[in-house]
Amino acid sequence: MSNPIKSALRAGLFRVESGWDTLVGRESNPMYCLGAMSWFFFWVVGASGLYLFIPYDTSAARAWGSIEHISREQWYWGGMFRSLHRYASDAMVLTMMLHLLREWLMERYHGARWFAWFTGVPLIWMVFSSGITGYWLVWDELAQYLAIGTAEWLDWLGIFGQSIARNFITPAALTDRFFTLLIFIHIAVPLFLLFAMWIHILRINNVNTNPPRQLIIGTALMLVALSLLHPAQSHPAADLGKATAVLNPDWYFMALYPLYDKQGPAIAWTVSIGASVFLCLMPWMALRRKRRPAAVVSPPNCNGCGVCTFDCPFGAVVMRPRNDESGHAQIAVVQPDLCTSCGMCMASCNRTNPFLPHEEPRQTGIDIPDFTFDLIVKRISARSHGLVGDNRVLVLGCEHGAKLDHMKGPSVGVLELQCTGALPPSVIDYILNKDLADGVLVTACRPGECFYRLGPEWTELRLKGERVPKLRGAVPRERVKLSWAASTETKGLMTELAEFRVALAELPKQVRPESTKRRVAE
Amino acid sequence: MIKPQHLAGQFIAYSAFAVMIAYFASSPPYQHHPQESALVRLSLTHAGQRVGDCKERSPDELAKLPPNMRAKQNCGRERNQVTLEMDIDGKTVYSQTAKPAGLSGDGRSRFYDSREVPAGRHVIRARMRDGGKPDGFDYDEQVEVELAPRQVFVIDFDEEDKKLSFE
Ligand code: HEM
Ligand code: SF4
Ligand code: SF4
Repeated sequence: MSNPIKSALRAGLFRVESGWDTLVGRESNPMYCLGAMSWFFFWVVGASGLYLFIPYDTSAARAWGSIEHISREQWYWGGMFRSLHRYASDAMVLTMMLHLLREWLMERYHGARWFAWFTGVPLIWMVFSSGITGYWLVWDELAQYLAIGTAEWLDWLGIFGQSIARNFITPAALTDRFFTLLIFIHIAVPLFLLFAMWIHILRINNVNTNPPRQLIIGTALMLVALSLLHPAQSHPAADLGKATAVLNPDWYFMALYPLYDKQGPAIAWTVSIGASVFLCLMPWMALRRKRRPAAVVSPPNCNGCGVCTFDCPFGAVVMRPRNDESGHAQIAVVQPDLCTSCGMCMASCNRTNPFLPHEEPRQTGIDIPDFTFDLIVKRISARSHGLVGDNRVLVLGCEHGAKLDHMKGPSVGVLELQCTGALPPSVIDYILNKDLADGVLVTACRPGECFYRLGPEWTELRLKGERVPKLRGAVPRERVKLSWAASTETKGLMTELAEFRVALAELPKQVRPESTKRRVAE
Repeated sequence: MIKPQHLAGQFIAYSAFAVMIAYFASSPPYQHHPQESALVRLSLTHAGQRVGDCKERSPDELAKLPPNMRAKQNCGRERNQVTLEMDIDGKTVYSQTAKPAGLSGDGRSRFYDSREVPAGRHVIRARMRDGGKPDGFDYDEQVEVELAPRQVFVIDFDEEDKKLSFE
């Protein structure tokens, strides 16, 4: 599926995440919502920034003093806001970069999913420019360093009529107008950033921009405590007549500056533009991975209920008006460019039901050409065929999760889907009802680790009967088990399977009318 | 709700998060310029002399022009490129020739340089050519200065007094 180094890194990520889960509990693990964490930090930065705008003095002579004043005289309030503003920005860079890394490791950036990745790249530039202009406003020695470095770096392009660096040659050259411009930029860029963040998630359905409440509260308390215990400090006031020497840079924002100092503007530009272009092109470098055919709607079978549009994680299905003899007002339409072929729509359709009378091959409202509903039902029959014993189990899972092949045995059949989210609950009903097995073990990647999105979440809600299509209430729940298992957790899953089979063996034998005894469909 | 067994874990995790943020927000320190060095910065924009002299237009030529463009003189807008050199203690450390900015070559030429020198006594000389002569310099100034550690010494061109300036 991908190169071995990446697979190893991904396995490492899963191990870290499950260790972290054990430590803090799933709900408080930020790894599953790094994008949402970045949103949260954005709001903290925005709110604290609004407050800081009040005491800030927009002038070359008094800017430093106005910040120093709130940090010293008002450390418990204004100073705390200043620290919140700084630390939340740093945290945003951290979660954003981890988010990037994780989306890359989880292969969530190519094919139909290029959009979020592509639009994510400019966010990095905007976050960084917001941060740098913010540090610049303090007008301390660090600001002087950033101002001169950035100006020289931009001047090298030669696209600005005048030299920006000349503004910082002598104290006399620096005007208050310049600070007005600066604060304007420092407010305008984050506003653009917010807009761009909105674009970034535009194509994602059921998007999560809010971390779980526990995590919000915990992180907010952490930021406040950090701000009070270790408040943000300024360097000595800037003095253009004095060269900058020892600095304490904020490495989250300034890691590229030493490169500029040592290697000059040409290299610094090459690295930053080169890296951005490379990132932007990455979705298409992965093109040799073959793209699977998109979901297809079968008009005679679609009744326009719209359920598939709610379940598609990528907003790839939309409802359109319908004017034909079907009598239905609407019909589902797939936008192939957005479709990842995950199959969750197929599982969500009320026509995807093996109990319904059918022709050959089985039809449903919306189907995946290379992994059809018909194929699933036929494979279920084949894989359960010849299972022996009175605790026969069918394991249904996903090709991205635990390795199911290891679990095959005389009484255990397995079926790997492209995603467990593509499993229609009625199929479980069918397996038990037709006596194809004594129990069904459904396994999926852990929530938040779906190769697509939301597969485990939808599966859980459907099995619990909290989301349509629901697993019918009459299905004996003691014969259905749902187990999360990442690709690194095959062993753990095997243990769960063994326990499940022990429990099944102890259940009283199911009595069923003769007519529903096992039929082989293949 | 937070489970009791997670309380300690959360304390550890949030503390680690806080330390991670706070540490890299200001550490490790970075030495930009050495503590004992001074900085010589040269920042100069200067418009070279015009390339061609102005020519009087003849009445004939004037008549051919649209009425709003009948200036008596026809002056080339193009300027000479400017050459700037700097010596520190007798060694040439900077020598650059810059074309005038602008599409029609009528703008200013831009120079920028920033370099560390050890603090102490130095002889700094700057010279600039902005005319059409191939050699020789139109401006040439020299100073002897005692530079303190971290002092920024600036070389510019004073357009009012028409001379290279040091401060
Ligand atoms: C300001 C910084 C950013 C914020 C606030 C942000 C936020 C988000 C959010 C909220 C999601 C949706 C998560 C979900 O509900 O599944 C997301 C998805 C995603 N982001 Fe970001 N993001 C940021 C930067 C980036 C960057 C820099 C990249 C990479 C270049 C990136 C790439 C992606 C990708 C590939 C997805 C997944 C799309 C999919 O599942 O198909 N993001 N982001
Ligand atoms: S397969 Fe269905 S649910 Fe999955 S992306 Fe395509 S349209 Fe959406
Ligand atoms: S879930 Fe099925 S019937 Fe409903 S709109 Fe989608 S394709 Fe049509």
